[in-house]
Amino acid sequence: MKFSDFVCQEAIRAELTADDKESVIRELVSALVESGRVAESDHEDIVKAIIKREELGSTGIGRGVAVPHTKHPSVERLLGTVGISHNGVDFDSLDGEKVQLLFLLISPPDRPGDHLRALENISRQLRDDMFCKFLKQSKSCADISQLLEEADNNQFVS
Amino acid sequence: MKSSLNPVLTMETLNVSKKVTVQNAQGLHARPADLFVKIANRYSSSIEVTKGNETVDGKSILNILTLAAEQGTELEIHAIGDDAHEALAALTELFEQGFE
Repeated sequence: MKFSDFVCQEAIRAELTADDKESVIRELVSALVESGRVAESDHEDIVKAIIKREELGSTGIGRGVAVPHTKHPSVERLLGTVGISHNGVDFDSLDGEKVQLLFLLISPPDRPGDHLRALENISRQLRDDMFCKFLKQSKSCADISQLLEEADNNQFVS
Repeated sequence: MKSSLNPVLTMETLNVSKKVTVQNAQGLHARPADLFVKIANRYSSSIEVTKGNETVDGKSILNILTLAAEQGTELEIHAIGDDAHEALAALTELFEQGFE
């Protein structure tokens, strides 16, 4: 699976302003609402579901990366967005480090395979130091889009 | 490997592996992967996980997630080190219990 299969371009945020875990999740879900891909009426429900999932164990998987996610019946296919917090957010990460890169995923309840393949793609790309570094340095949504496209074209992973 | 230079160490270094099947419906997603890595890191042995022709470091969640192991996937867990037997037993038990 490629980034372009699930990342909503219009919801990418290069400069997240929230400075705590719940607010940054809220900010990313709001970005999906603003893009028109998530209904305003589902906003709160999705945020709560993602936070509930975080309570089971942080999705801050190390290297300054988090993949907050939930299943939700309102989406027909896997939907995601990417956000960067240049100051970093405390995310109770597995390695204790602050999180700068966030990949938020919303999956249909009956498609665990797609969710796994999105996690696979994200983690595979993030193992590459250059991809990680360039993404953290991105200053605009266009920069991020371009990096994701380059990653989709296998320019980072051997 | 350093140990290969020392015949005594070579004899003591345990090298064990076992095949397991992913049984939980959601596959090896973030939470089970996290649990696997946490258990793996309790042991000094090195842990590798193989799916098909891909082998990854079993102590790194980023690596485990790249396997995208769905329900029904067969994996091989490989433990090398002094506590390899204990590590392998603990890790295979996770699969047998479906990460519950």
